[in-house]
This record gives sequence, C-alpha cells and structure tokens, in this order.
Amino acid sequence: MHRTRRLSWAIAGVLAAGAAAAHAAILVNGAGATFPYPLYSKWFDEFHKRNPEAQINYQSIGSGGGIRQILEGTVDFGASDGPMTDEQLAQAKVPLLHLPTVLGAVVPIYNVAGAGTLHFTPEALAGIYLGTVTRWNDPAIAAANPGTPLPDAAIVPVHRSDGSGTTYIFVDYLAKVSPEWAKRVGRGTSVNWPVGLGGKGNEGVAGLVRQTPYAIGYVELIYALQTKQPYGDVRNRAGRFVGATLASVTAAADAAAAHMPADFRVSITDPPGADAYPIASFTWLLIPTRIPDENKGRILKQFLDWMLSDGQSFAAGLGYAPLPPSVIAREREALARIAVGS
Amino acid sequence: MEEVGTVAPPVGGPGRTVIARRPTPPQPPATRPLAPPLLRVGERRRWRLGDPAFRALAAGFALSVVGIALLIAVVLFRRSAAARQAFGWSFLWTSTWDPVFLRFGALPFVYGTVVTSALALALAVPFGLGTAVCLAELLPRSVADPLAFLIELLVAVPSVVYGLVGIFVLVPVMRTLTAPVAATLGWIPLFAGPTYGVGLATAGVVLAVMIVPFIVAVSREVLLAVPQAQRDAALALGATRWETLRHVVLPYARSGIAGSVVLALARALGETMAVTMVIGNRPEISASLFAPAHTMAAVLANEFTEATGDLYLAALIEIGLVLFGIACAVNALARLLIPPEAARP
Amino acid sequence: MTTRTRRRVVERTMFALTGAATAVTLGILFFLLGYVAWQGAAAVSLDFFTHLPAPVGERGGGMANALVGSAKLLALAAAMGIPIGFLGGVYLAEYGGRLAGLVRYAADVLNGVPSIVVGITVYALVVVPMGHFSTLAGGIALGLMTIPVTLRTTEEFLRLVPAALRDGALALGAPRWVTIVRVVIPAGARGIAAGILLALARVAGETAPLLFTAFSNRYWSPGVRQPTASLPVMIFTYAIAPYDDWHRQAWAAALVLLAVVLGANLLARAALGRGRPA
Repeated sequence: MHRTRRLSWAIAGVLAAGAAAAHAAILVNGAGATFPYPLYSKWFDEFHKRNPEAQINYQSIGSGGGIRQILEGTVDFGASDGPMTDEQLAQAKVPLLHLPTVLGAVVPIYNVAGAGTLHFTPEALAGIYLGTVTRWNDPAIAAANPGTPLPDAAIVPVHRSDGSGTTYIFVDYLAKVSPEWAKRVGRGTSVNWPVGLGGKGNEGVAGLVRQTPYAIGYVELIYALQTKQPYGDVRNRAGRFVGATLASVTAAADAAAAHMPADFRVSITDPPGADAYPIASFTWLLIPTRIPDENKGRILKQFLDWMLSDGQSFAAGLGYAPLPPSVIAREREALARIAVGS
Repeated sequence: MEEVGTVAPPVGGPGRTVIARRPTPPQPPATRPLAPPLLRVGERRRWRLGDPAFRALAAGFALSVVGIALLIAVVLFRRSAAARQAFGWSFLWTSTWDPVFLRFGALPFVYGTVVTSALALALAVPFGLGTAVCLAELLPRSVADPLAFLIELLVAVPSVVYGLVGIFVLVPVMRTLTAPVAATLGWIPLFAGPTYGVGLATAGVVLAVMIVPFIVAVSREVLLAVPQAQRDAALALGATRWETLRHVVLPYARSGIAGSVVLALARALGETMAVTMVIGNRPEISASLFAPAHTMAAVLANEFTEATGDLYLAALIEIGLVLFGIACAVNALARLLIPPEAARP
Repeated sequence: MTTRTRRRVVERTMFALTGAATAVTLGILFFLLGYVAWQGAAAVSLDFFTHLPAPVGERGGGMANALVGSAKLLALAAAMGIPIGFLGGVYLAEYGGRLAGLVRYAADVLNGVPSIVVGITVYALVVVPMGHFSTLAGGIALGLMTIPVTLRTTEEFLRLVPAALRDGALALGAPRWVTIVRVVIPAGARGIAAGILLALARVAGETAPLLFTAFSNRYWSPGVRQPTASLPVMIFTYAIAPYDDWHRQAWAAALVLLAVVLGANLLARAALGRGRPA
C-alpha cells in the first residue's frame, strides 16, 4: 500500500515536472533570409540567455522561403532582404509589417590566387553575370586593377539556386547600373540567370566559391569574413572604389533614412554619397500585425524591443551596420501596431 | 501417434469390422503447443462475427494503401492546375525557367534527370553485372557470400551520405580529371569545358555508385536462380564456362536482370539529395557532360519552400507530377520484367 | 591460334574483366565506408551527442537535438506505417483475390514515388492545414514510405508459413481469423520483424521529405507539434555550408547515421538467418 502510494506520487511528480518544463519553453518559429543569419543566430541565442523561456527557432532557407512561409502562415515570422511586393503583401492573411533590423552589405567574393583585393566596376559585375565578360583578364576587370596580375582563365560565376534576398539586393543593384540587365533579367528573389552555378543559401555560394578555382560569387559580408575569403571593392555612383565597411554601409543608408517611407520598404543600392557602399541594404523581419498566441506575441514583441536597443550593439562585431537612430525611433512607433492575443 | 481405425462396412452388405494399425505418420514440424485450447465446447457460435470483421479490417488497411497512392496523384494533379492551364503540354518541352517573368518549362530538368540517369546506368550496369557474374559464377561460395552480403548492406546507405562524400571527395577529383579531358577533347561538344567539378558527369558518377549495389544484389540472385541443369547441359556439350554464361545463363536470366536495371533506374530518377549536392543546380540544357545542370527532384528540393506566387508553386508541383508519372511508368515496366518473387521493395 | 585456344583466351579475358569490375566496385564501396568512418571518427566527440548546435560561425556545439529528433520521427513513422503495412500484408497473404493485385501495384507505386514528392504531398495535406511545420508531419511522410516495404515483407513471410500449420488450426475448429492471429502471424513474426526493421532503417536516412515537413530546429523540440532537427537534414545543411567546423560535424553525423542504418540491417539479416533480404 505504501509502496503504491509512493510510486503514484513519484509519477505525479515526474509528470508535473515534465509539464512545467514543457510550459516553460515557448517556441517561436521563424524562417527566411540567410543574409542576416549569423547575426540573427547570435541575437536569438543572446535573447534566450536573457529570457530562458524564449526559444526563437530561425531557419535560414532564403528570403523567398521566408516570404512564402509567412504568407502561408506556417511560421510565426519571416525574414527577407528583398522587400515584399504589393502583390505578395496582398496575399497575406494578416497584414504584415516590414521591420528593418540591421544594415548589411553584399560583397563580391572570388577565388583567384594572388589577386589581393580586386576593384570591380558596375559594368564588370554586370558583364560577368550576363556572360559577356568571360575571362579574368578581360579589359573590363583589368582596367580597374592596373598592376594586379590577372590570369587568363575562365570566370566561374556563382549565384543562388534558391529564392534569395541577397540575390534581390544584388540584381536590384545590377538593374540600376546596367540597362541590359534590367531588360534581360530583371529583379526578383529568383531570376533566370544567364550564366553560372547555383549554390543553396549564402552558405552554399560561399562554399562553392571556396572550392572552385576562378569562381566569383556574391554573399553577405559576414560570410566572406567568417570563411576568410577575399572580397572586392565596388565603384559607387560618385566614382570611388569603396569596400564594405561599417562606415560605408551606414553612409549608404543616410540618404534613405531621411526619407524613410512609412512601411520601411526602401532600396539603398547605388546611392549618392562619396563614401557610400553601392550594394548595401536593410534587411527586414516580416511580422504579422495580429498574433493570436499570447505567449508567442509577447516573446516576439520583447525580442523586437531588445533588438532595437541592446541587439544593435552586436551588429558591428559581425560586420553589419546598426540602424540609424531615426529609423529606430520610427520602428518603435510601428511596434505598437502589433496586436497580441485574440 | 498410433491410430486404430475402423473401416466402415460396405453399403448394403454385411460388414466386417477391420481393425487396422496404421503406420506412425511422420511428425509434423515442431511448433509451440496451442495451449490453452483455442475453443471450448460451444464457443464457436460467439465468433461468427470474428471472421468477416477481421477480414474487413485487413481489407480496409490494404485498400488504404491504394487510397494513399491515389491521394498523392490527386494532390499533385490538383495543385498543379494553375501551371497546367497556363502552359499546357508545352510545359514539357519549354526550356525557360524564369520566376521573374513567370515563364516556366520543365525541359532543363527532364534533360538533367534523363542524362544523369542514363549516364548512371551506362556506368553501373557493366560494373554491376560484371560483379554479379563474378560473385555468382566464378568465386567460391565461401568468398562470394560474405562479399555479396556486404554489397547488399550498401544498398541501405542513405543518399545524403553519398552526397557528402560526393562533395568532398568526388568533386575535387572530377575537377582534376576532367580539366585535361576538356582541354584535349574539348572540340567534341560532349566534353567541352569549362569544367567546374560539379555537373552532369559528377552527378552521373554519384548515381552510378549508388545503384551498383542494387544491380549486383538482384542480378546475383537472378543468376543463382538459373537451374544448374542448364549450365550442365551446355558444359556437357563442350562449351567453355564463358560461353555457357553468355549463351545460356544470361539469356535465361535476361528479364530478371533487365528488371533489376529498371528498378535501379527508378531509384536514380527520384534521387534528390546526392544529386543536388553535386550537379551545380543550373536549369540549362548543355551538350557537354561537364556542364552544370538540374534535375526534377533537385529543383524541388531547392525551390519548393520558397516559391512565392501561385504560378511558380504550381509549376514546381507540376514537375513533381511529371516525376511521379515517370516513376509509375518505370515501375510498371519493372513489374513486367521481374517475376514477383525476385522483386525487391 | 586454334579455335580452342581462342575460346580459352576469350574466356580468360572476359573473366578477368568481370574480376576487374568486381575489384573496382568493391574498392569504391569500401572506400566510401572507410572514408566516412575515418572522417567521422575524427569528428565524433561527447559534445556531439550532448550539446545543441552553436550559433552560426561559432565553433563547438553538437547535434543532440537532431539525434532525438530522428528517433522521434522514426517512432512516428513506425506508428503510422507498420499497422497499415502489416495488416495490408496480412490481407494479401491470407485472403488474396482481385483486390490483391491492385493493392500490390499501389504499393509498388508508393515505393517508387520519389521521396521528395511524398514530402510535397504531406506538406500540402498536413503542414498547411496545421499551420506550421511539425515532427508529426515528418513522421507521417516517413510513415508513408515504410508502408510498401512492410507490406511486401509481411506478405512474403506469411506466405512462407507452411500450409500444414494453417490446416492444423482450422481442423481443430478455429475460425479463420484466430488461425491467422494466433498461429500464422507468430510463425512468421521473426521475418516480419526483420522486414520492419529494414523499412525503418531505410527511412531513417531520408532527407528530402523532411525538408518540407519537419523542417529543422536549433533547439529541443518538445512533443510532436513543433519542427524538429534530424540527422539527415543537419548533414545536408552543414555539408553545403562554408564552415569547416560544420563540415566536421557533418562527417560525425554521417558516421552515426551510417552506423545506425547498417547496424539495423545487420540485425535484421541475422534474424532472418541466411535468408534473402526482404
């Protein structure tokens, strides 16, 4: 009799502990851009340390995936570096907010032994990806890099095989600087690439370039830094060759920050400004304005609030530029529009 | 068990009781005794419902298998409606894949699938069949059996593991090997450069390695099943062992071997992970074996979770439908060739 | 050269060729296993089995959640696929009829459907209505794939049960269903169990259907309604990334996966004795 009762209490205790543990963790699921993934991964980890009950599970499947999954409602939030189009927004079951999180840069990485830091003109980049510039010692590249020995080897362009905001940023830039690109290929998170190999995610592109001699690819800066691959300068609208740095990316956002539209969807590629880096962009979290689950909504709002204050301090360490203060202020106003609970 | 039996008296005549002692019948194979007794007296009535109920239950589950297969076909068919209406049959021979301007055609993926599978078969069948012949005919059973066992184990290696080895071992090797080939034979369109290491040829090699164990396993079984009498007859007529093999054994086993090849083909067609890791993921038709390409399964893996827009998604599902249709057709072909007993799931 | 010599030379040559083919085949396949074992052994550590993944780009971390996730997915797959496959196989073996041919063909079709297409179907049928990715959806997708193998194995091994056993039970007055449940099935149980083990081992390595159903997760996944990490998906994600540390972990995961799958196969073969695989 005693043994049975003790056993029942033990079982009840275990169940209660299990139930308590299960209630303690609130899992919020998000998916999308690989562009900011290293930073988001750090943010969610840090936020989890500060709020042990909050588990924000983010899967970097590409901006296209983030947009699609949030439209279908299979994740709690999305992430994209290519802003959603009006048609896409119209498909959303619940109106979505674009909330900028950080500024990043898309850099051209390449695998050419002994080349150092190469300078790329817009024409060279467009030509490489259009297939008109095919060898590394082509004048389009050589003219901008006097004194650097360039091999007479075929260029292997690498692009994204999945739907990508990084792609969107890059082709948005190409479309602005190359009329032929705009006409032939256009803008989108997935495009019909004239040439090149496809890699899955920023990770896949960086991996392919790393393993393929004479390859060139475009990735978010942090992927070049973390894999220690050389990346090039790009000539901006003012005519200067600028590399992706904290200062140059922040400068790129200056002009846009002053005229930020209400829904935060803005492109800052090919900006004016002598020090501005030409292929930079905001990256956004796609948050529904109505979140029925109270716990999830609370966690998300807490995270967004933290992200706008303490979170920004992690950006520089990973090669991203923090948001301009004016943008942060406007975002806090926008946060209030997120309704939690039924 | 001894039995004492009585013979019934013949009809219409005086009977004589014959007591016969039958010889002990052979013991049935030892089984667990049926204890407790299945039935007690009078129980049978209660279980009249049992048989039809059980049969209905089993039939229901069996039918659900049919239902599931149908369900897959229906889901694929209905969800690809937008693309089927927009493109019609031309979807199968259009080669553009443009998500921006919404022009979709499956030809590059069909091409990639067909070429990689054909290449895989071209490589795997000689090696697989040769190994099967060696293991079935030449090597003594003590050596051949463990080797065959190990090869059969390899049928179970997951695709992603092949892909992993493919990326880190095969791709660099192919890059090194194909560069001189493209340099010397590049004037033949089939071997034109540039060579990246990833591409149709690499994917074909990975697929070949994946399906060889399968071909070896099934072909060996089929060869072993050829009656020894056939071989003996040929040898008695003075044929060499090779001639016996070529003119007697292989023709006898022909349909089984063909069936194994077709099943291997079915597997190669649907292979996703290993292929997408080494094929270059480029939806383009190129004459060169060294060019990057794409397959139907690989494009689904890459683009499915993020296709925004109904037409894009429907186009991808239509590719899934085409893949499903091809898999059904190939399986039907395999069923015609392999007798049901030798078929492998 | 006389005809006889020529024929002998041809024979020797052809057999040498087959021997070479065998050597190449065996060499490649064993190289594959050995390479995975070598790379994986170097990378496997206690951390791998006990830690969660580390943030991107940082060293360390493990795949504890993927191991548990894969186990849960297999359990779900078994719960779904085994009853259907088993009872369906019972029907085919014991009752047969016109329906049987149709069921067998459907099972073949299901077996031949590429795993990614199964994933798409389950996405459309389970993930979208549920509103999120989940272990349950992944388990259903894998379960669908275990059905054909389980069905075929069950049918095969039930057919192997000697008719004398059935007849004996029927002669003693047992109803047919009792005969099947209490006599035939136990007689074929060992082979059926081996076949089920093989079916599960096969789906343990499947990646493609999980991409759209169970998705992935960098944390523990409680219950079955959340996305979950799994070994094959982690291998894929880490393999195509540029981080060396992730590559190492991918090899370790591949070794673990291979060990589990091959171990299950060995166990099943041993249970079958010197039988053919199902």
